[in-house]
Amino acid sequence: MDNKELYQKIDEIINAHASEKPIVAILQDIQEEYRYLPREAFDYLAEKLGVSIAKIYGIATFYENFSLSPKGKYVIKICDGTACHVRKSIPILDALRKELGLSGDKKTTDDLMYTVETVSCLGACGLAPVLTVNDKVYPAMTPEKAVDLLAELK
Amino acid sequence: MNTMNNKKFMIIDGLPVAIEGEKNILDVIRKAGIDLPTLCYYSALSTYGACRMCVVEGKNGDIMASCSTPPRSGMEIKTNTPRLQKYRKMILELMLSDHCRECTTCEKNFDCKLQELAQRFGLKDVRFDQYSIDDTRDDSSPAIMRNPNKCIICGDCVRMCSEIQNVGAIDFAYRGSKMEVTTAFNMPISETNCVNCGQCAAICPTGAITIKNDLQPLWNDLHDNDTIVVAQIAPAVRVALGDEFGIPRGTNVMGKIVSALRRMGFDEVYDTATGADLTVIEEANELIGRLEKGENLPLFTSCCPAWFRYAEINHPELMDNVSSCKSPMEMFGSVLKERAKLNEKGKKPKKTKVVAIMPCTAKKYEIHREEFQYDGEPTIAHSITTIELANMIREAGLRFEDILPEAVDMPFGIASGAGVIFGVTGGVTEAVIRYVMGDEARDHLADISFTGVRGFEGLKEVKVPYKDRELSIAIVSGLKNAEKLIQAIQAGEVQYDFVEVMACEGGCIAGAGQPFVIGRAKPERSEGMYQADRMSNVKLSAENPVTDGLYANLLAGDKAHHLLHYK
Repeated sequence: MDNKELYQKIDEIINAHASEKPIVAILQDIQEEYRYLPREAFDYLAEKLGVSIAKIYGIATFYENFSLSPKGKYVIKICDGTACHVRKSIPILDALRKELGLSGDKKTTDDLMYTVETVSCLGACGLAPVLTVNDKVYPAMTPEKAVDLLAELK
Repeated sequence: MNTMNNKKFMIIDGLPVAIEGEKNILDVIRKAGIDLPTLCYYSALSTYGACRMCVVEGKNGDIMASCSTPPRSGMEIKTNTPRLQKYRKMILELMLSDHCRECTTCEKNFDCKLQELAQRFGLKDVRFDQYSIDDTRDDSSPAIMRNPNKCIICGDCVRMCSEIQNVGAIDFAYRGSKMEVTTAFNMPISETNCVNCGQCAAICPTGAITIKNDLQPLWNDLHDNDTIVVAQIAPAVRVALGDEFGIPRGTNVMGKIVSALRRMGFDEVYDTATGADLTVIEEANELIGRLEKGENLPLFTSCCPAWFRYAEINHPELMDNVSSCKSPMEMFGSVLKERAKLNEKGKKPKKTKVVAIMPCTAKKYEIHREEFQYDGEPTIAHSITTIELANMIREAGLRFEDILPEAVDMPFGIASGAGVIFGVTGGVTEAVIRYVMGDEARDHLADISFTGVRGFEGLKEVKVPYKDRELSIAIVSGLKNAEKLIQAIQAGEVQYDFVEVMACEGGCIAGAGQPFVIGRAKPERSEGMYQADRMSNVKLSAENPVTDGLYANLLAGDKAHHLLHYK
């Protein structure tokens, strides 16, 4: 990645925020832009925000939502909240992982097409089991429907 | 006058105790003579309230952490109820369930707060299996070792590193049971902005961060008949080593150290204060030169390697202002190596190795820097801490209390009082003032000591007359204080000619290589230093006959600059 471009983008993001420089909100905006938090952003951010790199790393690793590795073009979030779980969300997760060769530690395919992760509740319990692809909601899923969806996305 | 009515009291274990401005009930309880246990509380740091060892029980059976509860008039608490006893044991058990319990081989064995509390609360059994013990260690730094398996997440090191030292090389990362104290991206600590001050290791209550142990290679040299081992002892060591052997705090045990070193096989023993005399002369002349030219002011001191590293990383723009002088340890090391080389000519070759005994962990880093080499090798072969010296003395079986003091060796056996007080914040400045005042200083020693150079304030400002003007001097200790001062200087709010910086609060007497002190005990140690100054025959570095002799011979011509400056 071109660092100059990255730094410019970070400057824009910081300037768009109030002078209090809210770290979490800034990190969210960077992730929104790049779909993850690039390593190169940390040193620059630390200098700009006047906090240590270790502190920003601590914040980035505290929240499940931040990712330190690049995510796929399609981010699939399978809801594993109570309602989805009892309506068998895990078999959907297993099916997707098997299809894409992913696991609990390896969440993104090597071609950077798909990322599969779980979330604790999407607040759509009535549609359980539910998943989202880049924030579009797919209700009442089954393992078969999920695998078909992959083909559709391609 | 009736102040009694205005006084506030609280009831601790049935007894009334006055509240006198304490910020939490823990301080009130401790004032009442009860040593409530804590792992994560230090008054010098912000309150974190994580360890829960300091819990107390209120009148209604409510349990609160005393470190983070402000005192209220009329409050009634108990510190030692069956419930509290049970809780404390449980907390310790839970901490130990995630803690590598190989105490006997741990660097902190017998010096571990967790071990001490487990003992104190009679913990005989840990009901939980040990979990998450792996082999992640970080031994990349020359100064400290990290072993996350022994970390109890108290965060003392994190707060020390950021709040006192303004470094922030380590912080909490991850969450819940996966939480750990680590560097950004788990980088080896040597690749971060760590300055090797070692204060994290000093404050760590367990063996999670320890000071690197360099004793074995030193023993090997001591046992090798073909190696001449020369020791130099830093000023601050002599007023702290006694702590390890039950000698009253602040006692100057220099003579005993000399004697102990000889008995352990050191061939020659000297005082780093002699090297400090060279530093005073070189640095004062550098200051005088800059004042004449009016360039690169203020002059920042360079003898503290942690400060030097901090400046290099965070303020490269200041490096022209930082003195070109080597530290006293390196200056003296160069002189010792040079003399050995001259003496070796025509004799059976023996290797001379210089060992520095330091209150400091950053010195372990400093000796490996490229600037400080002599004939392609580090000038100083080993740098060990005061605590390591204590361990050597124990290993050798010497009864330190009974050792009779001896004097250091000639021809470098004289150090001025000015050189000795380098070990305490303001000492370098006081020594330099004595030098620049020249003959006048001799009659005004007491006046100089009252200019404001002494004491433990984070920032001290001193003005002394110099020729037809006034010298404006700042003295800071603690890197956070240094950073604040630099910001003020760069904003043009303040102006100085000379700035002394010591990375550790209070100076070298509170270095991380010393028996641990925070707050307490520092005044006793500094008094020990000033007493050594009062007892010395020579008060001014320029009047030390040893330095005179060196400049006339070994350091004649341009050799002084070559051997005593790093650039």
